[in-house]
Amino acid sequence: MSKRGTFYLLIVPVILWLAVLIVIPHMDMMYRSFRLETDDGAMVYSLSNYLVFFQDQIYWLTFVKTAVYSIGVTVLAFIVTFPVAFYLTKVVKVSYSSFMTLLLLIPIWIGELVTVYGWMILLRDNGVINTFLMNIGLIDSPIEMLFTNFSMTIGLLYMSMLFMIIPMMSALDSMDDSLIEAASDLGASKWTIFRQIVIPYTTPGITSGGIIVFMLVIGDYVAPNILGGKSSLWFTEQIYNKFLESFNWNEGAAFGFLLLVLSSTIVWVALKLSGQKLEKVGS
Amino acid sequence: MSYVLEIINVTKKFGEHKAVDAVSFNVEDGGFFSILGGSGCGKTTLLRMISGFEEVTEGELLVRGVSMNGIPPEKRPVNIVFQNLALFPMMNVERNVAFGLQRRKLPRNEVRTRVAEMLERVGLLGFEKKKVTELSGGQRQRVAIARSLVLRPSILLLDEPLGALDRKLREHMKVELKVLQKEIGTTFIYITHDQSEALVMSDRVAVMNEGRFEQIDTPKNLYKNPKTSFVAGFVGESNEFDVVSYNNGVLTTEHGLKIKKSRIDFVPKKLFIRPEAFVLDSPEDLPDVDLVSTKVKTILFDGSNTKISVLIKESNDEVLISFPQNAKFENLQEGDDLQVGIHQDDLKCYRE
Repeated sequence: MSKRGTFYLLIVPVILWLAVLIVIPHMDMMYRSFRLETDDGAMVYSLSNYLVFFQDQIYWLTFVKTAVYSIGVTVLAFIVTFPVAFYLTKVVKVSYSSFMTLLLLIPIWIGELVTVYGWMILLRDNGVINTFLMNIGLIDSPIEMLFTNFSMTIGLLYMSMLFMIIPMMSALDSMDDSLIEAASDLGASKWTIFRQIVIPYTTPGITSGGIIVFMLVIGDYVAPNILGGKSSLWFTEQIYNKFLESFNWNEGAAFGFLLLVLSSTIVWVALKLSGQKLEKVGS
Repeated sequence: MSYVLEIINVTKKFGEHKAVDAVSFNVEDGGFFSILGGSGCGKTTLLRMISGFEEVTEGELLVRGVSMNGIPPEKRPVNIVFQNLALFPMMNVERNVAFGLQRRKLPRNEVRTRVAEMLERVGLLGFEKKKVTELSGGQRQRVAIARSLVLRPSILLLDEPLGALDRKLREHMKVELKVLQKEIGTTFIYITHDQSEALVMSDRVAVMNEGRFEQIDTPKNLYKNPKTSFVAGFVGESNEFDVVSYNNGVLTTEHGLKIKKSRIDFVPKKLFIRPEAFVLDSPEDLPDVDLVSTKVKTILFDGSNTKISVLIKESNDEVLISFPQNAKFENLQEGDDLQVGIHQDDLKCYRE
């Protein structure tokens, strides 16, 4: 077979995959998002599906809350996982660290739904944490933790942490230990080494991890729905409601696209503010 | 004489393994001191103890008379140039060199003038804003040295920094480093496995083996009068023989080569002869010179460094002999007979 023939044979499955599963459904959704059923039952083109989001404040307030929490979870994910990534790549022995990295993957194998139920067992009023705290006499009545923003944040953090730690570990891994030693030899304190050497070196990894975590969290449905309380409405829940409760697919599609555009905008602004370039993040 | 560095009975253990075994030595101020040894001999561990990255297990380490035990690397008046240089890739040349000065909280103006002075000294003026990744190997080398020297340390430690360069540049940098050291006057302690680097640059060289110093001497003495068989075999090229007996001023080697050697008061086990110690076409009646008949096996042409490999007829030992590229031996062919002379003083004998 000719070279060109082989090339087409290899490329066709990819194109089919992308077209059937990604491009076509999205185009259909986009088409729907601009359609409106008039009072006499006719379908017309309209922007009103999008306007609903801006006119009804419950929608955009929910989005703002979702975005703020997603940014918060991303920052928390960095704070929580950086020491772990540093420990696994720079402190512990190599043989040991690959085993521990494997342990990090376990929550992903179990699946988000199961881990979320796991957190319910821990956090509910008669759950492990409250029972323990009451038994040692630290508190008299259970602290309300489940179905609050707190439990939702924990759930989101737990399911997204790994996606922060992996790119950070690969960035730290590629950093030569002698950079740290050189800085220390030149008189830098531990804090200066962290701020001036380690963080700038790992920035591409932190940024790519941050983008993944932010996008995962802002588009997540399970953790906010199960762990969050009534006050913890997540934007994805509103999209779900549009499709499956009010059967308004056109508005649902419009909200879906708004989520995509707005969250991409936030990532873009964040990259601009921190002086990062998207091309650099991948490397 | 004041010593900038005194090492007193220093030992470093990793578990039960002694990487550095009760080493003592002094380094005079303003010299170029090299530590030469093969991989795993403990030279890097010794360097890391001087710089403070490894703790001393036993013994004491003094810089300008002040004990360094327990003082962290950032507080020692000692700086190091790493094997891979460890330049900070996210900073430009100027910020790399200024890094140490800024840590000392010096005023901005002073930092700027000292950085400029140092860059001028290493010939990198005008490169301030360049990224370190844009520099050539030799330029990166100089940035690394400038970054350490700008702090005016008592001692500059260099951990085989020339290892990654190509041959031509390495030869060039050897000379440059030696000149720079003489100009600045800072004590350099240079770690290497490359004997030519150590011999060319140093005022004194310590040869290290299995955690101990075999000999500390000037490069010339090290080459001319090695004190131990390890030094004889490690520094420069040598033909090595196992000696089986020594009677009436005659050495007998393992394969039966008999050779005269007087004036030794012990029974040697090893005999070393340098390739250039053999005199080609030697006259018959020189005092203290033994003649050996050989057959030329191969000619290893390497310009001024050309050697011939010959078989000694008496014992079938194969030895390497320096072979000058002059008209006299132009017609020597493989398979030719060749008579060579060896002066007694060029036979280096060792107990073990």
